Amino acid sequence: MQSINYSEKIPNNVNLSEDRTLQRALEGWQPNFIDWWDDIGPDGSTQSDVYLRTAVSVDPQGWAQFGHVKMRDYRWGIFLNPAIEDRKIHFGDHLGENAWNEVPGEYRANLRRIIVTQGDTEPASVEQQRHLGLTAPSMYDLRNLYQINVEEGRHLWAMVYLLQKHFGRDGREEAQALLERRSGDENNPRILGAFNEATPDWLSFFMFTYFTDRDGKFQLCALSESAFDPLARTTKFMLTEEAHHMFVGESGISRILQRTCQVMNELKTDDAQKLRAAGVIDLPTLQRYLNFHFSVTIDLFGADESSNAATFYSSGLKGRYEEGKRNDDHQLRGQFYKVLEVREGRLVEKEVPMLNALNEVLRDDYIKDSIAGVGRWNKVIEKAGIPFQLTAPHKAFHRNIGALAGVKVSPDGRVVNDAEWHANVAHWLPTDQDRAFVGALMGRVVEPGKFANWIAPPAMGINRQAVDFEYIRFN
Amino acid sequence: MSETLRVDYQTNPLQYKHWTLSVDGPIATLAADFDENGGLRPGYKLKLNSYDLGVDIELNDAVNRIRFEHPEVRTVVLTSAKEKVFCSGANIFMLGVSSHAWKVNFCKFTNETRNGFEDSSKHDGLKFLAAVNGACAGGGYEVALACDEIILIDDRSSAVSLPEVPLLGVLPGTGGLTRVTDKRKVRHDLADIFCTSVEGVRGQRAKDWRLVDRIAKPAVFVDTVKQRALALAEKSDRQVNANAKGVALAPLNRTIEADALIYSNVRVDIDRAKRVATFTVKAPSAMIESDVAAIETASSNWYPFVLTRELDDAILSMRTNELEIGTWLWKTEGDAANVLAMDDVLLAQKDHWFVRATTGFLRRTLSRIDVSSRSLFALIEPGSCFAGTFLEFALACDRSYQLALPDDEAKAPKITVAEANFGLFPMATGQSRLQRRFYEEAPALEAVRAVAGKPLDADAAFAVGLITANPDDIDWADEVRIAIEERVAMSPDALTGMEANLRFNGRENMVTRVFGRLTAWQNWIFQRPNAVGEKGALKVYGKGDKAAFDWNRV
Repeated sequence: MQSINYSEKIPNNVNLSEDRTLQRALEGWQPNFIDWWDDIGPDGSTQSDVYLRTAVSVDPQGWAQFGHVKMRDYRWGIFLNPAIEDRKIHFGDHLGENAWNEVPGEYRANLRRIIVTQGDTEPASVEQQRHLGLTAPSMYDLRNLYQINVEEGRHLWAMVYLLQKHFGRDGREEAQALLERRSGDENNPRILGAFNEATPDWLSFFMFTYFTDRDGKFQLCALSESAFDPLARTTKFMLTEEAHHMFVGESGISRILQRTCQVMNELKTDDAQKLRAAGVIDLPTLQRYLNFHFSVTIDLFGADESSNAATFYSSGLKGRYEEGKRNDDHQLRGQFYKVLEVREGRLVEKEVPMLNALNEVLRDDYIKDSIAGVGRWNKVIEKAGIPFQLTAPHKAFHRNIGALAGVKVSPDGRVVNDAEWHANVAHWLPTDQDRAFVGALMGRVVEPGKFANWIAPPAMGINRQAVDFEYIRFN
Repeated sequence: MSETLRVDYQTNPLQYKHWTLSVDGPIATLAADFDENGGLRPGYKLKLNSYDLGVDIELNDAVNRIRFEHPEVRTVVLTSAKEKVFCSGANIFMLGVSSHAWKVNFCKFTNETRNGFEDSSKHDGLKFLAAVNGACAGGGYEVALACDEIILIDDRSSAVSLPEVPLLGVLPGTGGLTRVTDKRKVRHDLADIFCTSVEGVRGQRAKDWRLVDRIAKPAVFVDTVKQRALALAEKSDRQVNANAKGVALAPLNRTIEADALIYSNVRVDIDRAKRVATFTVKAPSAMIESDVAAIETASSNWYPFVLTRELDDAILSMRTNELEIGTWLWKTEGDAANVLAMDDVLLAQKDHWFVRATTGFLRRTLSRIDVSSRSLFALIEPGSCFAGTFLEFALACDRSYQLALPDDEAKAPKITVAEANFGLFPMATGQSRLQRRFYEEAPALEAVRAVAGKPLDADAAFAVGLITANPDDIDWADEVRIAIEERVAMSPDALTGMEANLRFNGRENMVTRVFGRLTAWQNWIFQRPNAVGEKGALKVYGKGDKAAFDWNRV
């Protein structure tokens, strides 16, 4: 077993050098993590020095230290937001009691499940994205991909920290299992469906980081309200990093739009074939990718009526988005919420107990937030003077979880019959041809300051560096 | 009924209200003369020798006194000092005003006392004779059933009966149905008639149906009883010196505090917020007396005897008085060598009447743990001495946690399997707890046998399956805390049922069937409106109302 210089190698604010429980657990886990990274982490990245941000503490100076490092030597750290003294539980049955610093035995199984489910998504996305480096549209984008990869790795560390610190032997076994599941492996898949989908190209990657990492944000926000204080503090800190991932997605799509609109204006055409021939991604294709990622992602919030959701809330394990800013009784008994179902061929609302509808509540909050970004993308199109608007599809569109699973609904929210669905699905979701076209566009462009034809350069570089800064030194 | 007053299981003949104990050579007679106004709780009268928990506490005490204070006794005669009535069973009005928990605990204890007759008869040569000299109904017949032999007075009126079904809409609660079939082998259709008739069966028919062993006319009843008692005494292998002196059941050295029971060798600490009690059992502080003379001299201060009395009292007290304390943690303290030395004495002197009686008492007390409706976790920590007899505490538990100290071999707690674990203290099933643990599978038992006598650290104990988990010092606190917190949060009813299922996992015998059927059928029936509803049979009994049943068969 290799020994670790804890304070140097693993930046942390959890007093790791004094914590034998954690040290022992990490001594077993850390080498396996490195093996996992070497095995299934970013393809072809081993020799490169990457200009990465590393968190060395939680204060404003510490959380963003930049420098060139090899990814496998990245200093994955363990950080909790500073504790709030005398923090009280602010929702559920334990409202007003002191927040927990230890896992209450009564809730061990549910808390572990929540943490494992969240933790499983982190390595999953690294696995999903591992080949993207081979088709990066620029050195700048490649660096962002790698930054996201190491931060997903750090988020894995964050969840593993909770498992190892607070869940004893079971926790160590779960931490190990997080390294053993594989995205897309039929026999050993990641827990959630969306994390077994391929991320085959950079358009998917940007959509994923915009939509699916935003799901991560909302889940983390809900967990940051938790009565289990270490979970609340860990997830709070993770949110700062999650914000960067969404920035990569939002700006990535903006830059694609910018480039497409530029070519549309140059060629004075909106003909998809002509635009494709010119090597940019036409707007209807972008809309179809958006429809796909939006719908797959909102499934991640779970069934619209859920007894688990009620239990998690009432027992104080998982709050609502911005629980602390809401003005209600924070217990929600006897309250109701509207969910959708199909009755007599139409989508209708039905009232269900609020506690059981908390997945839907979080999903609706998510939808509001993600639509705002779609509006910002439309500003890019509008600025270019092109009469086209991207829209988020109806929440009943293309769903696979909950009451709407398998129901055929158009993106504008009409229940359609099989014939209409089949006649239009090629306009609503990416086709094999779309994916083949996008795939064909992907070619590796990694000279500093150069960008693939289908994407515009960013307005500015990372950490106020120039756009043509050497973000990666290929050795 | 007020159940808030503490129930004390300690009593002595000077305080008895209900029984008279007399000894004549090898025969002890326990005569029932229950004081109508001597109920443990207000609200009912103990008419016609009907009993409540207080009566049974005296019975238990009296039988224990016979076991220890009267070594010359070989047969115990149970009879009545009242005219025309032997015993009419548990007091129905008492049952009518009791909570369900009280009834169940009452039934459990009365069952244990009756099983104790059979246990003493089988293992310790103390025989029991029911001299049924009057009406013998319900629990009265059940106490007779627990005896080796039943003699019914043939006076044209005295009958034995189990009227629970026709009269009260419940079942007999102390093994009546099971003993009628399993022990007395009454044909099932005759048993069906017997168990549905209020007036019961008397005279020759009672004998023909095997409900009693013999009948005797009033004129010869006393002589017949005496003759049969002596005959039973002949069969007894209870061997004592002519000049053997009894061992007094002196008052216990016991302090009861708000959250603790403190004895000389046992203490129970109650954490009410967590609903957990910790039983700590202390090893002898030195080698116990080992030769007969020294043991006899030590007498009522002999450690195994004192320990057992204290344990027994602690278990009974916690079961009756602390219903919400649902999890019992078992710890031990002291030098394992002294425990193992005690085991050697128990085995080497097993033919001495006092050692034999003490071993029997300990066996029955350990059996009380098995049937306690509490979650049982053993915590094997530094300074503990789970060896031999003391290992039984861990083996009786639902789970056991032994601390591993990989960096401190000397301090690491060890457990030791000894001869005592291979059958000195059989469970109600007749199995040792090791046999129960391993389903009597030879390879597992041989593996344990191979390490007998060796102190086993957590990893070694875990390897042979003697403990549930072996967390090390880093994991220990959290692992144990979480396991306990998780446990205490679960439904107490479901846990009781689950634990009984898992503890009694192999063979069934009459005793396990008595307990199993009691907890399954009887507790169901006791909860149903047909028994305890507004118009339930138990509720309207004696009020002139007719029970109104919901006729749906379930």
